[in-house]
Amino acid sequence: MTSLPALAAGTAAAEPLPESGGAAVEGRSPWQLAWARLRRDKVAVASFAVICLIVLLAVFAPVIAGILGHGPNTQFRTTGLSPQGIPVGPGSRFFFGTDDLGRDVFLRVIYGARISLLVGVVASGLAVGVGLLVGLAAGYFAGPVDSVLSRSMDVVLSLPYLVFAIALVSLLGPSLLITIGVIAFFSWASVGRIVRGQVISIKGKEFIEAARSVGSSHARIMFVDLLPNVLAPTIIYATMLIPLSIVFESTLSFLGIGVLPPTATWGNMLSEAIPYYRVAWWFVAFPGLALLVTTMAFNLLGDSVRDALDPRAGHFRTRAGK
Amino acid sequence: MLRFLVRRTAFGVVVMWLVASIVFAMYFIAPHNVARTLAGRQASAATVAAINHTLGLDRPIIVQYGSFLWRALHGNLGYSYANAEPVTTLIGQDLPVTASLVVGGALIWLVLGVSTGVLAATRPRSVTDRATTGLALLFYSMPTFLLGEILLFVLFFRLHLIGVDWFPGAGYVPFTQDPLQWARYLILPWLTIALVTAATYIRLTRGSMLDVMGEDYIRTARSKGIGEGRVIYRHGLRAALTPVVTQFGIDVGTLLGGAIVTENVFGLPGLGELAINSLTKQDLPTIIGLVLLASAFVVIANIIVDIVYSLLDARVRLS
Repeated sequence: MTSLPALAAGTAAAEPLPESGGAAVEGRSPWQLAWARLRRDKVAVASFAVICLIVLLAVFAPVIAGILGHGPNTQFRTTGLSPQGIPVGPGSRFFFGTDDLGRDVFLRVIYGARISLLVGVVASGLAVGVGLLVGLAAGYFAGPVDSVLSRSMDVVLSLPYLVFAIALVSLLGPSLLITIGVIAFFSWASVGRIVRGQVISIKGKEFIEAARSVGSSHARIMFVDLLPNVLAPTIIYATMLIPLSIVFESTLSFLGIGVLPPTATWGNMLSEAIPYYRVAWWFVAFPGLALLVTTMAFNLLGDSVRDALDPRAGHFRTRAGK
Repeated sequence: MLRFLVRRTAFGVVVMWLVASIVFAMYFIAPHNVARTLAGRQASAATVAAINHTLGLDRPIIVQYGSFLWRALHGNLGYSYANAEPVTTLIGQDLPVTASLVVGGALIWLVLGVSTGVLAATRPRSVTDRATTGLALLFYSMPTFLLGEILLFVLFFRLHLIGVDWFPGAGYVPFTQDPLQWARYLILPWLTIALVTAATYIRLTRGSMLDVMGEDYIRTARSKGIGEGRVIYRHGLRAALTPVVTQFGIDVGTLLGGAIVTENVFGLPGLGELAINSLTKQDLPTIIGLVLLASAFVVIANIIVDIVYSLLDARVRLS
């Protein structure tokens, strides 16, 4: 049984044959073809390298703090602030300068990466997990199950998410957990919709009929036969969901309804920095740059992953927070 | 068509009922006691009971639920705790600000996004295409508040320093009072919301145009000898607009309920600012009113989108 039949048909022809001179023809799966395409894509490699660097910095943030000899919340009231109480600019002691409380912006930007990546990956992961389950069930079972699940996806998709997020936070209070929950809650439905569409288009194929004829259970058909075939669009959507979640988190934190200070996140650093932009550009510039570079790297990688996995895919995306 | 409209409206009503029920439940999950908050710390039990009675909070929940739905259905969203004014009055004051921002911004991003998208799609892999898709990705990756702050810094603060006073930093002048000032105060917010949103439209239009221009009927149109401009705009763009229309409906509908981030950055007293302020004041009735209003906008926008579909694309038959 071929996995990804649709993909294989669509992309095998477009792939130029390497070394056709005499060498034995080697069969490659669609996944291998996609991987080869991705590795040849310079933009993909570059953005992946940037993401790896950010991940490394985030993971080793405590080590970097150890080398520097202070934490992200250590306040340098004498060395980190001018006598007038103005933040100190970038230099050999504070690479990115200090903030309004005399804290090291460089270290706080690195610690901010931990929150952004954590929220980006966990919220997207949750959304993709729930979306996959719901989409598989809705597409496979059809009938009343499909009606209920599809309508609930429609409802979630037609909620004004930012206003709703404010209402939720007003009841539950802002926190990291609520932030992740809110982002996942407003993201799973689009995954579910895509998966459902894919399942409906392939569940009539012969190999599903064959699986049913040998007595496979519903669960086995859904997870062993259908799941591998909806993975490609899901992976594409997941890579696009990560930067969206990162922007969503930074927006919530900027508005003061996400992750609260003193925990450093790029969003709440920027919100603290705004009153100081006239006197301390570094306080605004570095968290802003970190945020922009990260989301750009993920979006560029996402585009490349889409091109590699499915050169003819449509682009369905929404933005978080305006 | 009529059957479709009825079904679609019925779904909209169900969504609104669900939202209203969720929102009603919020009153009871809320961690604070309304009467206690209103009466103050020193109030006697009798005063609290009296306030509860005036607000109708001592009735059975099902009765309160019924009267909440009934009042909401008649456009009565209750009283704001913080301002002692009807929620609808507050919304009435702030809606024109949000609407000014969204309508102006939407015009800019639609024209900018679609025309740039078409430009890129009709010259695939050219310098124009690469430059516009690159720029689109930059603005697509940019959080709205970040772009707003950058524009404020460059166009308000830096220009202000060298004595150029074109763009005000914050505030709002009603259109009825002075249309010119109204536009002047809204230019930066319009630009902010339009640039980040146009990025999505460029990507959407480009992708969808590329798909459509490969269709057989485009080849047929060309073979009939129709000019390329007419092929692109009358035959290509018309069909390619379908995903753009969906996105436009969702965006305008969502933003009309409060362009929270943009209003926050530019100090515009719109619905989004009202929502943030109500959050800090724990003003539950106002938040709930705003959620209901915002949901209504999205529901209505979705119905309009479906109608526009059938007008744009002859292949869509509504049933």
